[in-house]
Amino acid sequence: MKKNIWANFSSWVNGTAEGKDPYEISEKVQPREERKRFKLNEEQKMHLFNLQYKIVAAVVCLTVVGVLLYTLFQLPLFGDPRNPAVNEVVERYVEDGLKETGAVNMVAGMILDYRAFDTFGESSVLFLAVTSVMMLLLRDEKNISKEEDIQEAHERIIEREASDPILRYVVSLVMPCILLFGIYVVLNGHISPGGGFSGGAIMGAGFILYSAAFGTDAVSKFFNMKTFRTITSTALLCYAASKAYSFYTGANGLPTGIPLGTPGAILSSGLILVLDVCVGLVVACTMYGFYSLFAKGEI
Amino acid sequence: MSAFLEKVISLRFEIAAVILFGIGFINLLLQKNLIKKIVGFNVMDSSVFLLLASQGYIDGRIAPILTNGITEASHYVNPIPAGLVLTGIVVSVSVSAFFLALVQRLYKHYHTVNFDEIMVLAKKKVD
Repeated sequence: MKKNIWANFSSWVNGTAEGKDPYEISEKVQPREERKRFKLNEEQKMHLFNLQYKIVAAVVCLTVVGVLLYTLFQLPLFGDPRNPAVNEVVERYVEDGLKETGAVNMVAGMILDYRAFDTFGESSVLFLAVTSVMMLLLRDEKNISKEEDIQEAHERIIEREASDPILRYVVSLVMPCILLFGIYVVLNGHISPGGGFSGGAIMGAGFILYSAAFGTDAVSKFFNMKTFRTITSTALLCYAASKAYSFYTGANGLPTGIPLGTPGAILSSGLILVLDVCVGLVVACTMYGFYSLFAKGEI
Repeated sequence: MSAFLEKVISLRFEIAAVILFGIGFINLLLQKNLIKKIVGFNVMDSSVFLLLASQGYIDGRIAPILTNGITEASHYVNPIPAGLVLTGIVVSVSVSAFFLALVQRLYKHYHTVNFDEIMVLAKKKVD
């Protein structure tokens, strides 16, 4: 036996071995007809895939929740003043904020003065969102179909003829109050809870209610594409200009020349009031713009 | 055991936020209807806001609106998470609107909002 191995090895080294041909087809492979039996048809395959997908999704979700719950137990207790998030930044904002920004509402003072650049980005995100929705849904010569035109004409007829007197009467009573409250929240952003975002959302909701009761044509008498474009771009440019001014003076150590006023008065806290009004206009226009684009494909 | 329970009761808002996150995530993965997927995405957003807001709260302190001229930091809760949540809400609204616009375009093209049906139709079109 040993000799045999040695002989095999030496013949392999010399290249004279008569081994098996590695490319020879083995007879053990099953013929095609027999293997076909195990193949699933298309429907069974989909079913199996769906089952596997559901199981994997549940496992992934439970793992994520488990890891997050485990991490939660490393957090400090709820309402603990020694929470690491309560650090010297918060102290500085609260203690010097009133002197530096003139805003009684510290959150407004923070987002529109210390972190105004961030808020400018936010308003731009809203503007960008309404622009991309417009790109997708605006009905112009490239995005139009006969069926939709017929459907829209039908809806307009319903809108005109099946008017609801109760809804119209209630809306004409409530609408001025909603708008007034929105303007109040925007203008009081620096001295009470509220600000540009919440006030703008209230005003936008008022416009949506008005257009739901009186039809979109009634709103387009005073708010159309042109006014939308003018208001949003003017507000964003005004925001950018006033913040550029305060960045320029701040970086060069110049006095801003804008009086901060007495804290608590409406005309106080410098540029924060202007920025609040700009943000409020952008948000109100965007909210109504979303509704209008989704409802009838134009502003 | 009682220390563990105490911690669970103390962290109830954070735990609720994580469970909400799980509900939103499983909706995003398992729903076939695209609109329901977007609803799941919004539930996930809300859970993040709840977590951030609960991290900013401090026991026995009031909202950071400096009335009565008190400017001590130990009198008010943390204002920074409130600002972060505001940013998050705005971004969430924008992203949801964009998603819904995309779904409306898909519906106009394929006449269905079911994700699987859309995939089958799109594959047929390629073939």
